[in-house]
Amino acid sequence: MSAVKALLRKELRLELRTFEAIPAMTLFSIITFVVFHFALQQDTVEGSLASGVLWVTLLFASMLGTNRLFVADTEDGAMDGLLLAPIDRTALYVAKAIAFLTFLTALEIVAVPAFYLLLLGPAAGDAIPGLLAILALANLGIAAAGTLVAGLATQTRSRDLLVPLLGLPLLLPVIIAASKATAPLFAAGGAEALPGRWLAVLGLYDLVFGLLALAVFDFLLED
Amino acid sequence: MRQTPSKAVPAIELHGLERRYGDRPALAGVTLTVQAGETLVVLGPNGAGKSTLLRVLATLLRPHGGTASVLGHALPKEAWAARKRIGYVGHDSMLYRDLSGRENLLLHARLHRVDEPEARVAEVLEAVGMSKRAGDTVHTYSRGMVQRTAVARAVLHDPEVLLLDEPRANLDPGASELVAPLLAGRTRVITSHDPSDADTADVVLGLKAGRPHPLEGLYA
Repeated sequence: MSAVKALLRKELRLELRTFEAIPAMTLFSIITFVVFHFALQQDTVEGSLASGVLWVTLLFASMLGTNRLFVADTEDGAMDGLLLAPIDRTALYVAKAIAFLTFLTALEIVAVPAFYLLLLGPAAGDAIPGLLAILALANLGIAAAGTLVAGLATQTRSRDLLVPLLGLPLLLPVIIAASKATAPLFAAGGAEALPGRWLAVLGLYDLVFGLLALAVFDFLLED
Repeated sequence: MRQTPSKAVPAIELHGLERRYGDRPALAGVTLTVQAGETLVVLGPNGAGKSTLLRVLATLLRPHGGTASVLGHALPKEAWAARKRIGYVGHDSMLYRDLSGRENLLLHARLHRVDEPEARVAEVLEAVGMSKRAGDTVHTYSRGMVQRTAVARAVLHDPEVLLLDEPRANLDPGASELVAPLLAGRTRVITSHDPSDADTADVVLGLKAGRPHPLEGLYA
């Protein structure tokens, strides 16, 4: 646990010092919402279209963050320094995943209000409690799978290509479930009830990928 | 903190060690024994396999053949136990360039569960003459300062075995003298291009194309 704490502190300190991941993800999301705003030629969107726009944008933004996750570790052999430490290597995964979860949360604190402003009407305000629950569950899945993919890709030379090629298909279930769960919240007549089935799918995905990553991450870092 | 090395157990024991990169052999047929407290100097031209040997001993690379043990811990099976007792200075600094020297060392001290990490970090930074710049980010350091901080990182947990890949690279004579006491009193494996380094060794290994080679004609 102390190793996770030390590694997490390092991750957050590096991001606060370099501001490489969160600003990139946030700016990408806002620009994409602006593009959708003009491309759809509608002042507001609703239902499954609104849900799709939100989740596709957040998914692509999360890919930017996934790509950056291990960049500092690959410079100057810093990862070797971590691998030399007598720690359980799953601590590296847990610290990265928690840091990524923090980055995603920071992204959404800016991106979701921007989405409301640019593409949703003020009437969609009653969707916020349900949306927060979906965002929390989806973030867990994106962080669990994204960190695993980033860890795998960092061992290869084609990291920039491998992350989206592996990450997007792996995260498809999250996006489907999150979009389906969110669509009723953005219904034209006001937010409808949260569909429990899709929340359960998100929860199951989080559990499966969390356990899978804990089981295989040590192996991924082996020579 | 440091465990007492047993005289009965060699610090390093290699029998027919092999390591490949794809189909290309990087190490083959390396056999040697280094007793506790001895210094092994590995000499050889570029691409001879010196760094690969150190990375195998550091548990960063798996042996592909033969056997390797460090302080009685068979590699790679008991790598976890060996890591507590090994310090490694490689070609790369293994430091985060956007963290300060002190932050880097504190991270490693905590990962190695060093007692009173702040005090130990201050002690080794003082020993390598980096106290004044300890709060600056590593990317502002000169190459010599980075190397001194890398040495400080390697000895933080007071390892019994030090693996040093050309440790004097980037160090001026004054800095070399400064870090020398930190490196002394341990079993050391030092790679070098300089044949005169063999004079300070208890055991010398010449490597050429990954294979043991007599020192005569090593650079021919």
